[in-house]
Amino acid sequence: MIEEAIAIIKGMATTLKVALKPPVTVQYPEMKRPVSNRFKGRHELKRYENGMEKCIGCALCAAACPSDAIFVEASENSDEQRYSPGERFASTYEINMLRCIFCGYCEDACPTEAIVLEHDYELSFYDRASAIYTKDMLLVDVPVNGMDTPRTVEPGTFDRSIPDMENPK
Amino acid sequence: MGIEQKLGTMGVVTHRLEDLVNWGRTNAMWPLGFGLACCAIEMMAAQGAHFDMSRFGMELMRPSPRQADLMIVAGRVSRKMAPVVRRLYDQMSEPKWVVAMGDCASCGGVFNNYAIVQGVDEIVPVDVYVAGCPPRPEALIDGIMTLHEKIRSEQLKDWA
Repeated sequence: MIEEAIAIIKGMATTLKVALKPPVTVQYPEMKRPVSNRFKGRHELKRYENGMEKCIGCALCAAACPSDAIFVEASENSDEQRYSPGERFASTYEINMLRCIFCGYCEDACPTEAIVLEHDYELSFYDRASAIYTKDMLLVDVPVNGMDTPRTVEPGTFDRSIPDMENPK
Repeated sequence: MGIEQKLGTMGVVTHRLEDLVNWGRTNAMWPLGFGLACCAIEMMAAQGAHFDMSRFGMELMRPSPRQADLMIVAGRVSRKMAPVVRRLYDQMSEPKWVVAMGDCASCGGVFNNYAIVQGVDEIVPVDVYVAGCPPRPEALIDGIMTLHEKIRSEQLKDWA
């Protein structure tokens, strides 16, 4: 008899203890839980500090992609119309967000560290066509002291087919 | 069906009624408890304490399609599963909505092969596609918010 009563009191004590704790719920659309640093979300095409595009249109990301979500079409750079420091640039760059599985193989394959999976995960669409992100949507804004692309440069400034890269930190 | 469709967007009365009904539809939308693959784990997490979809009126996942308003296709649909998905959709009562959660349900994702339906929109009409493999619970809630926006813009004259 007394044992049962103690059991009930013990049980209710646990209930009371949990009931007084603050709720764990994250009020999502208003409050967002920070993602991990290594989280792989929506892609971004990066630029150098001077505003030049990092992507050289080699399509290694498209080759590495296990779900064939990336489409790259490269064109030749010229000194009048220069997008990237290399020989070529990506004239078309499309990622189908509904195909992409956010594995990060494109990031690993990229020789110029142009494509980076960032922390945006809010990707919902009304139709499948709008899930295809074009280069304009993926390319980051021009840095503060940089110039937009395409730009005209002095002939002979960029003579390497593979651009000089900073050593990765 | 009635006078409300003939009136269209003209009257104040039908406009308010529209708001009221859409409010009711968005705030008491019970999803079908129906998971197919790994996305279902995230869907369960979205119902759990940390994300708590019941904040948006999704109190419980109804196991019976006749009591559900929203079908969240969570996972890849194999060709063998496709008739079952369609049957569950047919059993749901109107109005009903479909969210294709994740890459596989949306367009086959990484499984580009003969066994997997290349997008669940081949068998049921999809309202919102959510990208991710699998999407985070937040991403699913974002998809549901997108669906709510779509429902809020629905008009009386378009109702069947």
